[in-house]
Amino acid sequence: MIMDTIAAISTAVGEGGIAIIRVSGPDAIAGTSSVFRSRIKLNEAESHTIHYGHIVDPKTDEAVEEVLVSVMRGPRSFTAEDVVEINAHGGVIAVKNVLDVILQLDGFRTAEPGEFTKRAFLNGRIDLMQAEAVIDLIRSKSDRAFSVARKQAEGKLSKQIKTLRQTVIELLAHIEVNIDYPEHDVEEMTSAFIRDQCSSAITEMDRLLKTANEGKILREGILTAIVGRPNVGKSSLMNVLSQENKAIVTDIPGTTRDVIEQYVTLNGIPLRLLDTAGIRDTNDVVEKIGVERSRSALEEADLVLFVLNYNEPLHEDDYELLKTVQHRNIIAIINKTDLPRALNIDEVERFVPRDAIVHMSVALDQGLEGLESTITDMFFEGQLESGDLTYVSNARHISLLKRARQSLVDAIEATHMGIPIDVIQIDVRQAWESLGEILGDEAGDSLIDQIFSQFCLGK
Amino acid sequence: MSYEGKEYDVIVVGAGHAGCESALAAARMGCDTLLLTINLDMVAFMPCNPSIGGPAKGHVVREIDALGGEMGRNIDKTFIQMRMLNTGKGPAVHALRAQADKVSYQHTMKKTIETTPGLVLRQGMVEELVVEDGKIVGVLTQTGATYRAKTVIITTGTYLRGKIIMGELMYESGPNNQQPSVRLSASLKQHGLELVRFKTGTPPRVHRDSIDFSKTEVQPGDENPKFFSYETKSSKNQQLPCWLTYTSEQTHQIINENLHRAPMFSGAIEGTGARYCPSIEDKIVRFSDKPKHQVFLEPEGANTSEYYVQGLSTSMPEDVQLKIVRSVPGLENAEIMRNGYAIEYDAIIPTQLWPSLETKAIDGLFTAGQINGTSGYEEAAAQGIIAGINAARKVQGKESVIISRSQGYIGVMIDDLVTKGTNDPYRLLTSRAEYRLLLRHDNADVRFTPLGHEIGLISEERYADFERKQKLVEEDIERLRTTKVKPDDVNDMLKAADSAPIEHGTDVLSLLRRPEITYAMIETIVPCSDEMTEEMKEQVEIQLKYAGYIEKQLLQVERLNKMEKKRIPDDIDYNDVSGIAFEAREKLGLIRPLSIGQASRIGGVTPADISILLVYLEHYNRVKAARAN
Repeated sequence: MIMDTIAAISTAVGEGGIAIIRVSGPDAIAGTSSVFRSRIKLNEAESHTIHYGHIVDPKTDEAVEEVLVSVMRGPRSFTAEDVVEINAHGGVIAVKNVLDVILQLDGFRTAEPGEFTKRAFLNGRIDLMQAEAVIDLIRSKSDRAFSVARKQAEGKLSKQIKTLRQTVIELLAHIEVNIDYPEHDVEEMTSAFIRDQCSSAITEMDRLLKTANEGKILREGILTAIVGRPNVGKSSLMNVLSQENKAIVTDIPGTTRDVIEQYVTLNGIPLRLLDTAGIRDTNDVVEKIGVERSRSALEEADLVLFVLNYNEPLHEDDYELLKTVQHRNIIAIINKTDLPRALNIDEVERFVPRDAIVHMSVALDQGLEGLESTITDMFFEGQLESGDLTYVSNARHISLLKRARQSLVDAIEATHMGIPIDVIQIDVRQAWESLGEILGDEAGDSLIDQIFSQFCLGK
Repeated sequence: MSYEGKEYDVIVVGAGHAGCESALAAARMGCDTLLLTINLDMVAFMPCNPSIGGPAKGHVVREIDALGGEMGRNIDKTFIQMRMLNTGKGPAVHALRAQADKVSYQHTMKKTIETTPGLVLRQGMVEELVVEDGKIVGVLTQTGATYRAKTVIITTGTYLRGKIIMGELMYESGPNNQQPSVRLSASLKQHGLELVRFKTGTPPRVHRDSIDFSKTEVQPGDENPKFFSYETKSSKNQQLPCWLTYTSEQTHQIINENLHRAPMFSGAIEGTGARYCPSIEDKIVRFSDKPKHQVFLEPEGANTSEYYVQGLSTSMPEDVQLKIVRSVPGLENAEIMRNGYAIEYDAIIPTQLWPSLETKAIDGLFTAGQINGTSGYEEAAAQGIIAGINAARKVQGKESVIISRSQGYIGVMIDDLVTKGTNDPYRLLTSRAEYRLLLRHDNADVRFTPLGHEIGLISEERYADFERKQKLVEEDIERLRTTKVKPDDVNDMLKAADSAPIEHGTDVLSLLRRPEITYAMIETIVPCSDEMTEEMKEQVEIQLKYAGYIEKQLLQVERLNKMEKKRIPDDIDYNDVSGIAFEAREKLGLIRPLSIGQASRIGGVTPADISILLVYLEHYNRVKAARAN
């Protein structure tokens, strides 16, 4: 517990801001150093110094992010352990990628809520007065974690992890019986059998891991960009969706100068709305920044709501935009249907499938149901690659699942090398334990129970 | 009438496998020791299978021996078959198993006890504990003698309110129709110990001359037997084979037709039976799709015609037992000499013990063996030696010896028992150990002999031998690490072993790390010192070949030890620790773990509870330190 090295993003994650990943524990410096490409080796760096370099993914040997890394050796650090702080500034995804690389390191794990503070206290770094606060923190966070865990435990995900774990434990029990009851007439454990079992578990793990990204979408909301030429009603749409009045709505083109984020829930599907400044060429410097941001927001978006004016024919800009976004998950919203039609809808259908075209009059509050059901359909019918609602969304779960997978890969490799089964068992058991950690199960006696329920043993 | 008997340092109640080890350890550590047993002819009796060892169990016998116990030496003197099991698997699970000559095992152990200085063996049934101010001061026997002692070890096996069940027949009895111990249970309860009812059983024994061995497969012993004790160098014992046969369709039919007469299913048995030791009726009901079950025929000794029918443990009535036995190929005309039976007995809930095996309720009272909810001779003996050591050390004012999970199977077992308890008779399995690769048959001496020496159970001479062996092993490892070979030296050998040839010179070590290359092959290229024995070569080979995996496990152990070293003071009141979940608080208060490591293994105690406890302890220690200043 205390021996582990822990890591977490220790600042609120925001678009474009600086985020700090804090790493604390015995392997903090050496571990980080192994994925840090710079002129200086961190383990040779003096305490309380800052270094420029790149975090590199050891698997691909590619730089993940440009960072500043500070080294603080224990006991002169917040936790009194060796601490490394990685300053990254490339936005959410880059920071998460850095954290992912760190968490892949041997002996590293995600910090529990309040754990840095707890370590600081246990190591005599912070005042006794804070003890109660620390306890409260651990308790409240763990309570919350518990209720989340329980909700997940009742869900499909835990069912699938349990099935996976069952495959692994049956294999384990089979290995153990071969070891503990060598003279019993149970099926001899062969390398081929181990490989088969491990491979089928790995296949299932890969399927679950593939859903991990979709799980992130569900948890964090579908990142939705509202685009369209100026003054087609983007901000009004957003206001209707969010039923608040955050964005400035005017008739003057270009008044929405920044990307505004809103969380809304539509038929139970969380959307993260990005309202964008009207996308068009402009010379206005202030507005130009807004337009730039819109374009980058558009690139990140999971879903594009393309707003068109029913009352205007397709503009050159519209064609250009449609071309840019036609291969994305796109819904065309034809707004202002209360006004006379001037838009050629057949033209729109060249770019957007008919069932992804919604007619609306935001001003008259008409057509919102149509939009809702179109998003829902798109979401559930797999166009967002999410036909199944089982997601591994939690970063901790993902890293545990990856770890379990790696253990099984190691086990398969060991069978090829002619390693004896009781040694291969170490890897298989590791996989079983990692899966157990996802469920919060204790290893306990369940293996022994499995052995005796699966096999007929005795004298 | 009652009278005052002699006063001792240590009294051991019961002379089974636990009691013998307890008494020998205490006496050898210099304590005046009394060993009481209901029947002197039953010292070290094996009421069930005539064998010792096997996976995990054999490991434990090695550990007992390395610590200075008797079981290994005793079976080495009295075996009638020796077999190394699991030789096709990795080194950690190689396991020695012996068939014993039961009578000679008993006589040999009894003789050792009788000739041990400071140890008195006496027939007598203990009926009451004598306790003053929560501290044990002696025992009272059926014949009215009060023996006083500083510490007492109870090892009653299956004798405590024992009850034999066989079909409709049921009677109070210890194992094998011995007189049971009826009154001691009440005395244990009166002094605050909670008891449970457990059950075990044994198969019938048949006459050798009534077996048709031609219908069975022979199971011989090893040609070059290995031994349990590090002291045994050779043996002249003649080996006898065992025989393998199977149940038939008829067996299953007979059992299914007679299930209404099986106490297992009629409700006559209330005790919880061991899962790994089910009766044949239990196996057939629970695994109904399995067409046949193995039956091993094992000689009970060199001078008896009795054969133990392993696989047919049963509590069916006598007439059904006869039918069952005769439905097995090879046993068509078998004559049963003793019936199989189930036996129920009282055991204590083992979470009432400290890891030293001293009871929490009564100061100075220890328990070991089946009374602690285990099953098996080896499990009993292992607890016996630990209880004996700790009872003696308590008398001598020394700290208890506690074996960790990473040190040996003894530690795994005791920690499981006192931390988690057990719902059915507990058997050691290698799968219960987290660090199996470290707890090997071959390195039991490395793990236990220094401790045995320190506490006075390993002689100077044996310790010098051990140190010499260690030195040779280390030197040989260093030799292999530094010796270089050229392609011409080894490529023929590598080719013969189906191993990739080398292109450049390399150290021998890296060749030995290849799974297909053995020490014996390497020896043909670079011979080792003449002083290296087979045992030492095995040590070297394992340490080098599995170095990667061993290091991984050592790293885990290091983490475990950090937690084990965080001691929890005994005066902690868990009610003062705010924030711990109710269930965890209750369990912690009951089990009173000695360390954070132990606390974290209690069922129902979550990592969040442990975090809170850690914070509380830090707070507690600082307050305490502040007060002290």
